[in-house]
Amino acid sequence: MGKKKYLVIDVSRCHDCNNCFVSCKDEFFMNSWLPYSDEQPRHGPRWMNIERLERGQYPRVDVCYLPKPCQHCSPAPCAKAFPDIVTTREDGIVMLDTEKAKGQRGLVDVCPYGAIWYNEEKDVAQKCILCAHILDGNAGASICMPRCAHCCPTEALTYVEADEEAFAKRIAEEGLERYKSDFSDNGQVWYKNLYRFTKHFITGGLIKDGECADGVKVTLKGADAPEQLSGDYGDFRFDGLDPGTYAVLVDGKEIWSGTIAESLNIGNINI
Amino acid sequence: MGKIVRKAQGTTGGSVFVDVDVDENKIVRVYPMDLTDEDPPSWEINARGRNFKPPRRTTCNVFTTGYKSLVHSDKRLLYPLKRIGFDVNGERNEEERGTPRPGGEPNYPGYERISWEEALDTVANEIVRLKREYGPGAIIAEPSSHHLWGHLGYRHSTLFRFMNLVGITYGEHNPDSWEGWFWGAVHSWGMSNKLGIPEQWDLLEDCLENCEMIVFWAADPEATTGSYGGFETHYRRRWMKELGIKMVFIDPYYNHTAGLISDKWFAPQLGTDAAMAAAIIYQWLEDDTYDHWFVENRVTGVEEFTAYIKGESDGVPKTPEWAAEECKLEACEIRKLAREWAAHKTMLSAGGYGGMGGACRGASGMEWARMMVALMAFQGIGKPGVNIFSTTQGAPVDTNFYFPGYGEGGISGDPENSGMLFRLGYKMFDGVTSMPAGSNINTAAGVFIPRLRIPECILDDKVEWRGKGFAGASIEQQFTKYKYPADGYARMQMYYKYGGSMIGTMGATNRYARMYRTKRLPMVVNQAVWFEGETQFADIILPACTNFERWDISEWSNCGGYGSGAETIPSHRIITLQQKCIEPLGESKPDYEIFRALADRLGLGGAFSEGKDDLDWCKQYFYATDLPKLTTWEEFLERGYVVVPVDPDRKRTPGLRWFYEGREIDTPSATRYRPSDQIAFKGLQTQSGKIELVSSSLKRFYETTGEVDEGRPVMTQYLHSWEGHHTERFKTYPIALVAPHPKHSFHTHSDGKDGFMIDIKDHRVEVDGFYYWIIRINSKDAEARGIKDGDLVKAFNDRGEVILCAQVTERLAQGTAHSYMASAEYKPIGTPGDSPDRGGCVNILSPKEYLSKTACGMATTHSLIQIEKWEG
Repeated sequence: MGKKKYLVIDVSRCHDCNNCFVSCKDEFFMNSWLPYSDEQPRHGPRWMNIERLERGQYPRVDVCYLPKPCQHCSPAPCAKAFPDIVTTREDGIVMLDTEKAKGQRGLVDVCPYGAIWYNEEKDVAQKCILCAHILDGNAGASICMPRCAHCCPTEALTYVEADEEAFAKRIAEEGLERYKSDFSDNGQVWYKNLYRFTKHFITGGLIKDGECADGVKVTLKGADAPEQLSGDYGDFRFDGLDPGTYAVLVDGKEIWSGTIAESLNIGNINI
Repeated sequence: MGKIVRKAQGTTGGSVFVDVDVDENKIVRVYPMDLTDEDPPSWEINARGRNFKPPRRTTCNVFTTGYKSLVHSDKRLLYPLKRIGFDVNGERNEEERGTPRPGGEPNYPGYERISWEEALDTVANEIVRLKREYGPGAIIAEPSSHHLWGHLGYRHSTLFRFMNLVGITYGEHNPDSWEGWFWGAVHSWGMSNKLGIPEQWDLLEDCLENCEMIVFWAADPEATTGSYGGFETHYRRRWMKELGIKMVFIDPYYNHTAGLISDKWFAPQLGTDAAMAAAIIYQWLEDDTYDHWFVENRVTGVEEFTAYIKGESDGVPKTPEWAAEECKLEACEIRKLAREWAAHKTMLSAGGYGGMGGACRGASGMEWARMMVALMAFQGIGKPGVNIFSTTQGAPVDTNFYFPGYGEGGISGDPENSGMLFRLGYKMFDGVTSMPAGSNINTAAGVFIPRLRIPECILDDKVEWRGKGFAGASIEQQFTKYKYPADGYARMQMYYKYGGSMIGTMGATNRYARMYRTKRLPMVVNQAVWFEGETQFADIILPACTNFERWDISEWSNCGGYGSGAETIPSHRIITLQQKCIEPLGESKPDYEIFRALADRLGLGGAFSEGKDDLDWCKQYFYATDLPKLTTWEEFLERGYVVVPVDPDRKRTPGLRWFYEGREIDTPSATRYRPSDQIAFKGLQTQSGKIELVSSSLKRFYETTGEVDEGRPVMTQYLHSWEGHHTERFKTYPIALVAPHPKHSFHTHSDGKDGFMIDIKDHRVEVDGFYYWIIRINSKDAEARGIKDGDLVKAFNDRGEVILCAQVTERLAQGTAHSYMASAEYKPIGTPGDSPDRGGCVNILSPKEYLSKTACGMATTHSLIQIEKWEG
């Protein structure tokens, strides 16, 4: 077995510079790489689609971006629905047959990630091919990785070539996850620090005798969260939570309780 | 796909490789440079037991990565154009500018195609006629701030050579990104040769080794990238974070850098930052946690200033409680910040270059900048780990290697307007076969026009101001008074615009649209690359090509002049021969060739070009620098770039350490100083040689002129913002809009133009086929107005109206809105200058007033506005 090709995306390192989104357009706009892919139109499709999420409320907020290309699922839902059009290469890259994908709008609907786009100009369904034409050395390029990873200035996107066993080890060690793993729990695109995008937090600030109360023990009831000491400004934050009912305790005494559907700043609490 | 060849290029957003399809004359891809073993090793920093090395791949801004979409765009001007209804020898119909007659070319409505010969003859003949009939001063040239990258093509170079040889008046730029530092902080500590901001040399190592806390005050280096530095400094802040350096952010917007590394965020009400700073100093005085030795030995005016802080002189102690009310913050958090600051070796990142950008550009910019200096005066600026440090400049590259920045004049040899000493000129021009083109008209003794007042100069009879352009030759240069029309000079008859759009960048910009539509401005020429913004107000349009279609030479991020030190932002000093990638599209020409053709018609062709083309000038420039020490011209021509090696023996000279230790200045700044900037070559540029909390220069200014300027007091202090919550305007316009430098475009350069950047979700939003600019609104303000995320809204005040797309957010306090400035699109829905703009020029809403009566800088970052849902 040859090496597989992966994209590892660390959500905590992305600040929405958009180099991935734009380098992808740069690679395919005005450039036909058939039979890998026809060109991409100037506007419209987002083969690399950056999603934004804010958590919390002023002034205790968090902002996070999730670059979302084709997840190169294994097995791929699109391949299941369109086995004649979709193939998975030995290196894991999921490809659309550029001839057979013509006129196939149904492909757009079967992708649970919304990662397949319809090119109205060329009348064909298209998506990220992990720059397979570059990886195969068929693009006249002096680089040898997907454009998005090459252009990423923060190492939010890294390109990895590894055999499956070695990569499985990395998944375990770094806590890599599949985005929306209900749709597909295996493939070539993996996320790090995904909780920033998929989980919630409860945050607040402690004040004692008119001063920021730092170094105070804060605990959360309702989740298996370790005890915290409040920070320099009396701030605490319990992250990685699911929607649910929780209580915040300071030195064993409850200062807040409630049910959250999304991240919540409970504000400043006098203790 | 034809044959693909790799070229090197330089851009505003980084040095890059460009793959070119030579058969199809098109750009295939633009991408960062991977340095190889043929390139010299990178620097390394050993600090606190760790070894830090920069990546061997360059980084670039998104507008560089997406440049192909700007080069190959339907918005490109591909042949010369004339406005329908404009007859240079007959009826000119000036009032039709901006609303031209029906017809014309599909991509250029209202304009008809003309030949280069007709276009050049029209412009050249008119130049001669105006000079004969009106005399000097009749023709004004006005470039945009950020044209195409390249030391040949930049405005200081090719334009100035033409302008100076022909005798055209310069529409001067104000120090638009430095304003509060220049008009304010200069009077605290001089530094006029950097427009009031401090030097940054070697502060990266100092920070990594010694610093324990950084306060980013109105600074977002991930968004503004130290101006031209790509994302080179991202790693450095990651290292700092990994070392445990605490990160505090003070910014009305929870900015992009904060999103990555913030430990604490403060969002003082707009215009109240100086109050927060005053309260921090109050707490230090209370706690006795300031640097006594430094204050006693390096600072003057301390007694008067501390009496003010303590409230002894005005009855208002500047306590954290007082500031909390003013700033809408928690008093205990301000107090805690003061204590944290004093307890740690703290660096203050107060803008893109150390200073610059952000809060300095608003109505309260001078007080803010002066108060930033005061903060550091109390903590001993210059000692290890304590400084003003942007986290952008200050990498340990070889600063002794001579390669000038664009501000050094290029082929004009004219550093008059850039703050450089005449240094390149001596190396560039032998005085026999090649001559510089200094200015004989655009000097302080000649005539010029400030671009902030171009509308008034055209529409009003008389205009007065102080300070000539980037007036940093001395502290006092900004005091000199000027008027329009200057004695003995004609009024403006021709406006020669060189690229870009000011409607997106100056204050109260409906003024500019109105000025075009009057017979008081008889002719407008626009030499530009794209049909956009102000191009659409021209009578004659001369189509220029981009730097990808011609030769140029440059160093990444090296602007030189007032921006000296910017070459230490990228991790490697990369000098590129900007290799011509493709032939100019359509009939467009290099700017140099357009000026050369005009010069020919004006009898100045020989003097302008000396028989050289753009590549010949690149070669002459090459030999004027230290490049021949590293490579040959032939090699450089072939390879396209050179990386300057690191000098392991270079002496480290951290910024202002010499001042702290009371030594002679030893930093590279010394070569930028005129000896007379320091008295007896000691101390700062101020009269005392120290940091002055009570300014000797302002005191002298007011005493000698009899002026009273309450907007710029002699002592550093907090003033109520004249565009803030204490004003009458606030009752009608209760939302404070902050409009900082944009993240995904560089001023107007790279916005619009049908490029990829307009598809960036946080840059523009498409609604019904039109790409709207974004305004960010706090969720409570949005709810109160029935505004939902993605709705179109009207932001307005008595200065104008702009239709924008709402982004509802928690990254702002209630009462504050955020929208980047510098839209390249200006799309009035009715009469230009008097109807809502849906292009996104939020500077329509900002003040035209100067910072203060005598401080003639712009104050555009803060505007009081109202917002409502747009139902139009």
